Amino acid sequence: MELSGGEIVVQSLKDEGVEFLFGYPGGAVLHLYDAIFHQQEVKHILVRHEQAAVHSADAYARSTGKPGVVLVTSGPGATNAVTGIATAHLDSIPMVIISGQVGTPVIGSDAFQEVDMVGITRPCVKHNLLVKNLADLAVTMKKAFHVATTGRPGPVVVDIPKDITDPAIKIPYIYPKEITMRSYNPVVKGHSGQIKKAVDLLLKAKRPMIYAGGGVILGNGSEELTAFSRLLNYPVTNTLMGLGGFPATDKQFVGMLGMHGTYEANMGMHESDVIIAIGARFDDRVTGVLAKFCPYAKIIHIDIDPSSISKTVKVDIPIVGEVTTVLKEMIDLLKASDTKGDQTALESWWNQINKWRGVNCLEYDRDSKLIKPQYVIEQLYEVTKGDAFVTSDVGQHQMFAAQYYHFDKPRRWINSGGLGTMGFGLPAAIGVKLAHPGADVACVTGEASIQMCIQELATATQYRTPVKVINLNNQYMGMVRQWQEFSYESRYSQSYMETIPDFVKLAEAYGHVGMRIDKPEDVRPALEEAFAMKDRLVFMDIMTDRTENVYPMIEAGKAHNEMKLRVAPGTPINRELA
Amino acid sequence: MRHIISILIENEAGALSRVAGLFSARGYNIESLTVAPTEDLTLSRMTVVTRGSDEVIEQITKQLNKLIDVVKLIDLAEAVHVERELMLVKVKATEGLRNEMKRLSEIFRGKIIDVTATSYVIEMTGPSDKLDAFILALDEDAVIEIVRSGPMGISRGEKGLHL
Repeated sequence: MELSGGEIVVQSLKDEGVEFLFGYPGGAVLHLYDAIFHQQEVKHILVRHEQAAVHSADAYARSTGKPGVVLVTSGPGATNAVTGIATAHLDSIPMVIISGQVGTPVIGSDAFQEVDMVGITRPCVKHNLLVKNLADLAVTMKKAFHVATTGRPGPVVVDIPKDITDPAIKIPYIYPKEITMRSYNPVVKGHSGQIKKAVDLLLKAKRPMIYAGGGVILGNGSEELTAFSRLLNYPVTNTLMGLGGFPATDKQFVGMLGMHGTYEANMGMHESDVIIAIGARFDDRVTGVLAKFCPYAKIIHIDIDPSSISKTVKVDIPIVGEVTTVLKEMIDLLKASDTKGDQTALESWWNQINKWRGVNCLEYDRDSKLIKPQYVIEQLYEVTKGDAFVTSDVGQHQMFAAQYYHFDKPRRWINSGGLGTMGFGLPAAIGVKLAHPGADVACVTGEASIQMCIQELATATQYRTPVKVINLNNQYMGMVRQWQEFSYESRYSQSYMETIPDFVKLAEAYGHVGMRIDKPEDVRPALEEAFAMKDRLVFMDIMTDRTENVYPMIEAGKAHNEMKLRVAPGTPINRELA
Repeated sequence: MRHIISILIENEAGALSRVAGLFSARGYNIESLTVAPTEDLTLSRMTVVTRGSDEVIEQITKQLNKLIDVVKLIDLAEAVHVERELMLVKVKATEGLRNEMKRLSEIFRGKIIDVTATSYVIEMTGPSDKLDAFILALDEDAVIEIVRSGPMGISRGEKGLHL
């Protein structure tokens, strides 16, 4: 089969089983778009901004485990994609981003819409590749998918100059089934000696904690994590990225840890004597101040990426390997072990943890006459029976969603954890809905975040992706305002927008259903009504208490056992707001 | 502590910038960096001299290994090794200085590789501290220009860094 470069790209996507290609055309990719025109298998989703193309493809990948694929043109198309690429990079999401480039003869001449895409993306990709010869194109595509999806996953950029896709030049198409790279051989199996040492230490623990992160979800290790945790009956905490990796409604689950984690999870970490970190990376939002992090604990760390181990926190037993493979080996060792650990110590540890649970750190004022954002998420959880895919933007609403929606399954909670990208939520919801057309998809957002990619309401109309936008509208950049209240004596510098659009009319202008909800008693019925509209995107503009803050909180420079808790629920809040 | 890290990396466009970019993005020090293709032209060998605590050096080697194009690397400080640096020094060689420069160069086993009526270019190799010592021995006013390669290293014994 003889194909042109443009056709080779499209054919390689078919060979990789790609369903959706998220993109936006332009000069440097016109040959490629012509090749797309001549086929039906790979469905192109035309976004309204390249950043959204990357977020949609990213969320498609997060919710399915399959790589997300993007096509953008050179220059501004490529630079617009960079925020999305960095978002995927920080959360280790498998993606292939194809960018057009000016023709090889003019590279380096500051040609029209030329930008050094390989240079610009180098620090925010797993790898990037510039195709300089047509003969290398098919192998380069294979390499891109191979690198993106194996080891610790990540985004790979393939930059393709326009002349490489010239329809007039055809070569035989051979797509490699397998590829080996001498410079890239990710470890799969953990070191057996280390695994044995880890299990011995775990069985000696008196105050153990299982701290599991996004690696469990990326590595499809939820079942193994659950089986492993049940065998030990140890408390489990998840990171923001790990939510859903262990069932949130399980009695062993103590909630999320870190800056806005639960009191019991953070106190548990602080007092623990043995911590096993599984596919987690000791992010600064998790650890609080490093000098006071887990002072009594010996730490076991399982991670596929050697550079994640002892990067910020020195660990005692490092295990480099795939989470699933290592956990399976640990489960076998635990089952074969004659000792079951110190059950008396474990019982008193659970008693202590339950005392901390009794603090009820997520309680809030339920009698408020204003809509509390926490209440909205609780109602969302009930109305969707805890089974929706929830995407979020970044800020207070993101934390409320993480705290109050209890994820029992992996790949249901889709958020930008590492980069914290506002504008992620709506395009992410579209990507998820395309992948799971039968499922409920909610985008929990705020009036500031949603405006960063609001144009995607048009994409949702075009491809009929009836997601539900839950806009927690407090008329502030809530998280910025909260920090300004706590640390800047309530000087709300630029965290308030003088004008906010009429979201109901805006939704309608795009062909959707808009709703405004401003009374607590209307929240539940409105949610029920919205989710009953299976074939419509509903934009729910929910006017929430403007003074609400996210609690509990570990402030800057503080440790896990120094959490700021909410003052007693119902205490009147008297603050001057704009 | 000072470390010499030798890296075998795919000889592709941009390989150097991946390594240099990693050091600057993560705030690691580079004292020197040399690179050239190896006998196998598909591979380049890079020598990076860096400084840092054990933890920092461990992260540097891990992060370098994580680069997809890096095939293999070795921290030479972990084993017995030899290291050499090349230096070219252009000095004034006017009447009074001419003989002194020649003598000094011979003491340090340098070689004069360019001669004009008023200048010499002296070539010298050795451990970096020997080159430093030579510069110190020269009269500052006599030095026109100095260029140094940065050190290269190789482990002692029969083991080597290859595929």
